[in-house]
Order: sequence, then structure tokens, then C-alpha cells
Amino acid sequence: MIARSALEALTQSPLRLLRSAWPWRSLAYLLLSVIPGAFIISVGWLGGQLMGTVGPTLAGFTVVIVATPVINAFERLRLKLVDRSPALPRVRGSLIRRLRDSDAWREFAHALVAMLALWWIDLLVLAVALGVPGTFLTAPFQPNGTGPVATVLFTLAGFLLIPVAAYPLTAWAGARAAMSRAILGSQDELARSRARLMGAFELERRRIERDLHDGAQQRLVALSMKLGLAKLSADVNSPLYKEIDEAHEQAKLALSDLRELIRGVHPQVLSGRGLAAAVRDAAGRSPVPVTVDLPSTRLDEAAEVTAYYVVTEALANVAKHSGAQRAWVSGEVSKGLLRLEIGDDGVGGADPAAGSGLTGLADRISTLDGQFSVSSPAGGPTVVRVELPCSA
Amino acid sequence: MLRIVLAEDAVLLREGLVGLLERFGSQVVAAVADAEALIAAATELEPDIVVTDVRMPPSFTDEGLRAALTLRQTRPSLPVLVLSQYVEQTYASELLNSGRHAGTGYLLKDRIGEVTEFAEAVRTVAAGGTVIDPEVVRQLLEQQRGPLQRLTPREHEVLGLMAEGRSNAAISRALVVTEAAVAKHIASILSKLDLPPDQDDHRRVLAVLAYLRGQ
Repeated sequence: MIARSALEALTQSPLRLLRSAWPWRSLAYLLLSVIPGAFIISVGWLGGQLMGTVGPTLAGFTVVIVATPVINAFERLRLKLVDRSPALPRVRGSLIRRLRDSDAWREFAHALVAMLALWWIDLLVLAVALGVPGTFLTAPFQPNGTGPVATVLFTLAGFLLIPVAAYPLTAWAGARAAMSRAILGSQDELARSRARLMGAFELERRRIERDLHDGAQQRLVALSMKLGLAKLSADVNSPLYKEIDEAHEQAKLALSDLRELIRGVHPQVLSGRGLAAAVRDAAGRSPVPVTVDLPSTRLDEAAEVTAYYVVTEALANVAKHSGAQRAWVSGEVSKGLLRLEIGDDGVGGADPAAGSGLTGLADRISTLDGQFSVSSPAGGPTVVRVELPCSA
Repeated sequence: MLRIVLAEDAVLLREGLVGLLERFGSQVVAAVADAEALIAAATELEPDIVVTDVRMPPSFTDEGLRAALTLRQTRPSLPVLVLSQYVEQTYASELLNSGRHAGTGYLLKDRIGEVTEFAEAVRTVAAGGTVIDPEVVRQLLEQQRGPLQRLTPREHEVLGLMAEGRSNAAISRALVVTEAAVAKHIASILSKLDLPPDQDDHRRVLAVLAYLRGQ
């Protein structure tokens, strides 16, 4: 196993750990605490000079508040020394928005702890871990020697203790990095990674759609055209004409099969014209008449794609199970939230837990942090409601 | 002889289309591979008709259609035939709305295979007519209820063919009935749908399409 962080490295055999770079990386990681230490001490000292006794505290807090992004950026940078996992997301957006998020408060708390405590604990651990073997090693140079035999033994012990020191160093560096990571990494990092995965998945679907469109589909159209032209040259009553005609029919069938496949993979009009247009087209294909009332604002791709699949799945259910005479899709976008409602006047009794396509939709929606509900009493009507965070 | 500007990014298909159109006696004055070149060629050469793929580089969404709409802004009477990989009502609507009095065609690429009909469609559009893919019409007819339910099955068929842009003569050939019978069906359809009777094929098609699109 290749260790991805200092903590993981600790679980390896001692020889392997000592030969690896992790103890050295940990040492460097902890040594870097000199920088925030020197920084906060100077700030405190300056505050004391300018404002007297309350100065250091006041100046310290002010600086931590103002410099939180810088302090945490430094901490994130340092993390790379002892943690090879993917980089942490940084808090973005306006200050107000950041303050509304719990992220911002966690960031601030981390900066405060880093400035008030972590740096000197780092240096203390460093001092103890290196100080003990250091003291032993320097025994020959110390006054009040305990005799030659003891001096040699002490020096030997010092040499032996150097590798041992690698453990507290690596352990503390690893644990402290894990803590920083836990605080600085958003708590919904899992959700974000799921969303990233979904995005990659969608990208792949688009690529497949484009490949099919540019490759197979064009060739089939060209083939069908050639066969159409060949038919013109053949005598209508000849067996050859019959053969070509059959081949032509096959080519046309293949083309229409492929068209349906491509549409299912990724609808072109969705990326071209947005959700409202794509939903109107989907509604146009529905055997049950559907009224569509959606704003034509363009949203971010993740929201558009998810909303589109929700609507098409819901409409497919309307057509298959509801026995409805009419259905509707309505929606609005406000304050970064897309609210969708898909309803029908059918028999109701839809159960999202019964393994329908609705379950898959709920998963899709949850990756975007959205909400999903189905109301479908026996006798109807069925209404599916969705809320999706989006950026317009 | 029709002078055509053709835009299609797939080489195979572009060259095939040039061959096909020239075989049916048209002249392809420019065959281009992207929307920018289409606008340049159509502006400079003033063709009788523009035939374009919907989707072209660089973003592969609907450049061809947008280019056609742009061209219509400077020359509203420009006949345009748009070829699409699959039916999008949105695209059909935008195209129909952009040129009320110009020849307009919206066809699936599949239809190119029916070479004779395709060549005929190009001529119809160039002459100022409307040609709408049967698939578009089928979708439009499927989702409509209400007054359409009062039509007889035969009237339904006639309405579909009308919406595709067929003339009375073409409809009578397709259904193997007399033109007089077709005219009677059409009169009945227009009255059931509360549409004004109109002798002009083209205006009638637009009225029927507008009705079906719920406008």
C-alpha cells in the first residue's frame, strides 16, 4: 500500500516509514508553524505598543478576522506536505453569502485556533521530539558529566532515539493535518464529490451523443441517400430494385432507431435552448396533452439536465400509469432555487418507493442538494414537486 | 436552374448532397462546413435557397438554424430548408415564425434518402412553399385534443398532409381520391377548426400549423 498521508504512513512497518519521506515532510510541516507564530507575536507586540494592555488581544482578534482567508490558504498549502488527497474546495462568493454559510464560521474558527494554539503546540512537539535525543547526544559536551561510561551510553541512546522521534513528529503532524482538513474541507465534501461524479457522467453522455451523431448517424444518412439514388438507376420491375429497396428500408429503420437512442442519451435542444424549450418538446411527444409554464431563463447545466430528466421521467409515468386526460409542468426560478411542479388529473396511487424511475430521480436530485416530493393519493391527482438549487 | 447554398459539416454527407442536388438539375453555388461561411456565402451569392444542417461547428448545437434566422433578418424572403437530426418543435417554430411569407422547410435528415421527394421539397421551398416533416406534424396532431376530435379519420389524414405543406393535388395523389374530394375535406376541416377558408395553399398551411402549435 502506498501511503497517501502521514497518518496512513504510520501504519506501515517502521523500516518503511523511516525510509520514506513522511517523517521529513512532517518535520517540515511542523517547522512551518514558525511563520504564523512569528506573525501573531509581532501583531500582539505591535498592538501592545500602540494600545497598551488590551492591545495584544484586540489586535490579535482583528487580524485573525481580516486575515482568515490568508491564514487558511497557508494552512491548506501546508496540508499538501502531509496529505496527498485531492485539494480542498475553497469558500467562494461574496462576503455576505460566505457569512451565511456555516463554512465561513468554520473557516474563522480554524484560523483562530491556528493562531492562538496550534502553532505553539506544533513547536512544542517539535522541541520535545527533537530535544530529548538532542540532549542525550550532546551529553559529552555538557558540564557536570556523569563519567565516561554513562556519557557513551547517553550518546548511544541519543542515536537510537532519533528514529523513535520520527513517530511523535509524524503522528502529531498527521493528526493535526487531519483535523485541519476536517474543519477546512466542507462537511458536504462527499456530496460535492457525488455531484462532481454526476457532472463527469453527464459530460460522458454528451460525448457519446456527439460521437454517434457525427459518426454513425451521418454515415447512415449518406448510405440511405446512396441507396435512394441507386433505386433511381434500377428498373422498378427488376429483382435488383427490390433488393435495393429492402436495403433502403433497413437503412431508414436503423436511422430512426439511432435517432431515438441519441435523443435518450442527451437531448440537443436542452444544451442549445435550455430547459423550457426542451420540456416543451418533450411535452410535445407526450401522448397526454401537457401544458408547460416555465421561465425561459438559462440555468447552470447540472440543474437543467437534472430538471429535464425529472420532467421526462414524470411525464413518462403520467403516460404509462396515470390514465390522465391532461398534465401540466410549471416552474419558477427565484433566489437561486428552481421550483418545479409536474401534475396530472389521473388515478393517483403512485408510490415512489415501489422501485419506479422516481427513486433514481430522487438520487439525482439529492446530489444537487435538492428536494423531491410526490403526492399521489388513490383517486388522484398526482403531483411531483422538486426544488433544485441553481445559478441563473 | 436553382442556385443553392448548402451548409453541412460532415464531408461525406455534404458531397453526397451536392451530387444529389446537381443530379436533379440544381446548381450548388457554395457548399460550406460552418455557420460563418454559410452567412458569408449566402450574403454574397444571393442564392435561390439555403439548405442547412441545424448543428454545425463550433458548439454543435443549432448554429445552422441561427445562421438561417440571421440571414432572414436582412433578407426576409430568403427560402430556407433546414435539415435536422431529429425533430425539435422549438426549431420548427422559430423557423416558421422567422419568415411568414418566405419558403420554409424543416425536414429530418432521414428524408434525404427519399431522393426524389427530397429534391421536390427543395423546389417547393425555393418556390416559396412550406415543407414540414411528417414527424413534426405527427407530434403536433398527437398532443392536440378538443376540436380535433371532431374530425373524421379521413379528415385527420388530410389535415396531416396539409400541415406537411402538400398541395391539394399532392394530397389527392397520396390518398388516391379526386381533388374535388380533397377540397371538400379541407373545407370541412377548416370550418370545424374555425379557420378562415383560403384558396392560397401556402397561407392555409401556415394557418393550420399556427393552429396546431396552439398560437
